[in-house]
Amino acid sequence: MTLRAERIGLLALPGLSFLAIIYALPLFMLLLKSVQIDGQFSLAEYQLFFADEFNRAVLWRTIRVALLTTLLALAIAYPTAIAMARAKGIWLSIFLVAMVLPMSVGVIVKAFAWTIIFRTRGVLNDVLMSFGITDTPVRMLFTETALIIGAANVFLPFMVLPIYAVLRQMDTRLPEAAASLGATPAFRFLNVTLPLSLPGVVAGSAFTFSLAISMYVIPSLIVGERQQTLSMLTARSFLYLRDEALGATISSILLAIAISVVLVSSWLAARLGARQ
Amino acid sequence: MTGTDRLFIAISWVIATCCILFLMLPIVITVVTSFTSSAVYTLPPPEWSLRWYRSLAQRAGLWDAVKLSLNLAVISTLISLVLGTLAAIAVTRGSFRGRTAIATFTVSPLMMPGLVVGVALLQFFREIGLRDAYWSLLLGHIVITLPFVMRTLLASMAAFDFSLVDAARTLGLSYPKAILQVLVPNLAPAYLTGGLFAFLASMDNYPISIFLTDARNKTLPIKMLQYLEEQPDPALAAMSSGLILLAIIVLLIGSRTVGLNRMING
Repeated sequence: MTLRAERIGLLALPGLSFLAIIYALPLFMLLLKSVQIDGQFSLAEYQLFFADEFNRAVLWRTIRVALLTTLLALAIAYPTAIAMARAKGIWLSIFLVAMVLPMSVGVIVKAFAWTIIFRTRGVLNDVLMSFGITDTPVRMLFTETALIIGAANVFLPFMVLPIYAVLRQMDTRLPEAAASLGATPAFRFLNVTLPLSLPGVVAGSAFTFSLAISMYVIPSLIVGERQQTLSMLTARSFLYLRDEALGATISSILLAIAISVVLVSSWLAARLGARQ
Repeated sequence: MTGTDRLFIAISWVIATCCILFLMLPIVITVVTSFTSSAVYTLPPPEWSLRWYRSLAQRAGLWDAVKLSLNLAVISTLISLVLGTLAAIAVTRGSFRGRTAIATFTVSPLMMPGLVVGVALLQFFREIGLRDAYWSLLLGHIVITLPFVMRTLLASMAAFDFSLVDAARTLGLSYPKAILQVLVPNLAPAYLTGGLFAFLASMDNYPISIFLTDARNKTLPIKMLQYLEEQPDPALAAMSSGLILLAIIVLLIGSRTVGLNRMING
């Protein structure tokens, strides 16, 4: 005697209604608030936001930083995932610890550590000066480069692990078969390994990008108020400026970016899945 | 294997080794600076000392923040495990339409900007008249923890043989008992992995909590950023090292009972 399938569906109700009320509804109300003025539909807040050159610069900086962070993370993660997929025994354990430990340590701890490293009288400048690469300390904290390096460091495991997961499942005989048929290494990589690993690349990049576009703690600590991002502008408009209309508008823009990333990446994943 | 292949693999090993060092760098730097005797961050420390650890005892409000964060993390994770189990069973075993959509929806908070969720909750709670900071924080932290639990439970239930539950029921167990005595022990690794990551995500959350606190209810991340603004001395590195120790303990529990490989594939 089994429970009827329809009745099993009811088990989803508590969790689903919780998220509908405490997550979806508030987000929907926030979106609604951004397109309403005195109860009337209006896009005036968006026009106001985009008319301001400062806001456009913040939006562009946020997207640029997120893109560069994703690219840097991908450039480091892809070769790492290749090595990790071939690793065995103690090496595999080292890799796993190197991924899971930083993932388990909070973002505040890591962002704070990067401020120590990038400080003008900090670790990195000491190293650079002792090797004679520079005579005077270089200003690194509060620069966009520092932010991208710090952010890529924090999000790196989320890029490596999805790529590692698909490479690990890949049949290693496939590239070997291609080799026995006379394919060159470059040809094999471009036509066998790379296409098979694309679903992992898409998943990792989408997740990293959506984390990077909305990060708040990392830019607050590494670049501070000098170079605002959309998240920092949102927090500022709510916590200090008390300009809730502006805050709701920026939040909705961030939300729109996040939702498009989800939609585009799941569409891409579905297409890649269908092709194989 | 040709020479080009070997070169290609050698390069990926070099990059991978650098990647490991890069990932461990912030953790090592934090721990080393926490043992300095100096009031500034010079490396290596001029002398080793425990003074910053001792100074933590006198930090006003630090232990209240630790207690509040642990309280929120434990309770929200437990509630998420219950809600998540029910929802994951429904999605895996139900025959209604839109199950994939429900699965995506329950995991979606992972991809949403935390700050935006925080802002939305702040306005929503104000609208419905919920003014109590603790309850606001707890509800917010369930939104943080539930997707972590859902992600691992959905993946592991898809591979679980539900005829075991049916067998237990033919032997006379009620459905809830069959779930508790057959399904939950069988999926213990998933419960542990999902629960541990959910716990750590709650302990670390800043962007949602910052909108829901008041002067008396400050979580540990909020308190830490406040210290960082007010007096950025190596005591912060000592606090951070405490959190790193917590992460190592959690990892040890995970790797002993589940294995690291299953934790990341969870």
